[in-house]
Amino acid sequence: MPVVTLRAPLKDLAGGNSDVTLEGGTVGEVLRNLESTWPKTVGWVLDETGRVRTHVNVFVNGERVREDAAVTAADRLHVLPSISGGA
Amino acid sequence: MRELLVGTKKGLFVLHGEGPGPFEVTERAFPGDVVEFAMRDQRTGRYFASVTSGFYGPRLMHTEDLSAEWQAAAGPAFPEDGDDVLDRIWIVKPGEADGLLYAGVAPAALFVSTDGGESWSRNEALWKERVAGDWQPGAGGLALHSICPWPGDPQRFAVGISAAGVWITEDGGETFRTGFDGLVPGYIPEDAREGTSALCVHNMHRAPTSPDRLFMQFHGNVYRSDDQGSSWTDIHEGLPSGFGFPMVIDPADPDSAFVIPLIADVDRTTPDGAVGVFETRDAGATWTARRDGLPQDDAYLTVLRQAFGAAGEGDGLELYFGATSGAVFGSSDAGRSWFDVAERLAPVTSVRVA
Repeated sequence: MPVVTLRAPLKDLAGGNSDVTLEGGTVGEVLRNLESTWPKTVGWVLDETGRVRTHVNVFVNGERVREDAAVTAADRLHVLPSISGGA
Repeated sequence: MRELLVGTKKGLFVLHGEGPGPFEVTERAFPGDVVEFAMRDQRTGRYFASVTSGFYGPRLMHTEDLSAEWQAAAGPAFPEDGDDVLDRIWIVKPGEADGLLYAGVAPAALFVSTDGGESWSRNEALWKERVAGDWQPGAGGLALHSICPWPGDPQRFAVGISAAGVWITEDGGETFRTGFDGLVPGYIPEDAREGTSALCVHNMHRAPTSPDRLFMQFHGNVYRSDDQGSSWTDIHEGLPSGFGFPMVIDPADPDSAFVIPLIADVDRTTPDGAVGVFETRDAGATWTARRDGLPQDDAYLTVLRQAFGAAGEGDGLELYFGATSGAVFGSSDAGRSWFDVAERLAPVTSVRVA
């Protein structure tokens, strides 16, 4: 199953786990399973419509992807905030 | 000892103190995130904070104990099968029944909780009006930010929306009617004003002892309604400007309102570099400047929509407001004199007395 790597604060919301193994054939499915497994993450990465939030980046094996990207059991997902300027 | 909840661009600050201040910061929560609004439901003691992460979006948090962990409410959130995404929670307001609360959000929608704020559902009647209408956002977004319950009657309440006017229900939110009459949108051409819903309400409050009466800070005017919000009379004459955002009232005096004028929409700072709260005690016929203790030299402050709170009533009315400069001011004598509550917090978005 794909592995999702999380950093704070998402890691804290997922019980302190930095690596979470979850089912799913797309990024969106994996992230929905993250929410169902760790309900405190609901709404943090995906918005109500199921899209990855504008200022969150998801990488699969080093490539930035959106929610509809396919993933395989061997893939590793990184979820992290975008690099944003401003105050 | 008074407890203030100060929402800022960099978290929630809880202050304790007594006038004449300063107050002490006793708690800070959600550091780094914007706390758009924070309040305490006096009926249950539960605290609510509207928190928006620049990365991870908005959520409503609550706790019974400020030193304990905050919990996320189930909502407000838009239905998953729609196209809308919650942008911001502008206000949480207790209703007139046990466990009943309202939340106003952007994009403009009303959410209702009947379990004390644990879970929330969207009011579909007002949403249908939005879908059917041509509602336009103000500079701060399409925001439902003012909710005015009718004391003792959960069937009747009114909401204010920027920029979609006043909406009134008398059947608990099953249907809504407009309260547009008399509102003048000076920011659109005169020949485009007839029948428009582009009415930029900035703040609205009901007088609890005379609930037919409401006061409104509008985008360029201040108004009073004597017919439950159906129609409005301009009362801004006597103010240095009709523009501003926050407003409070003395709950014991249905003729009272307090506003903090800013120069105009193109320059949202206190006029002449001097900070003034303006008070009416005759329903807007006259206004009195209340400046004693407030900065009067080179003070170009911006006071945002929810950054003005009050407690008590009459001569003992306490007033508190904060600016985007990070300064918070207080009055323990209904505005006759002011003191510094805090000088250098983060930019203030919201002030409420707990």
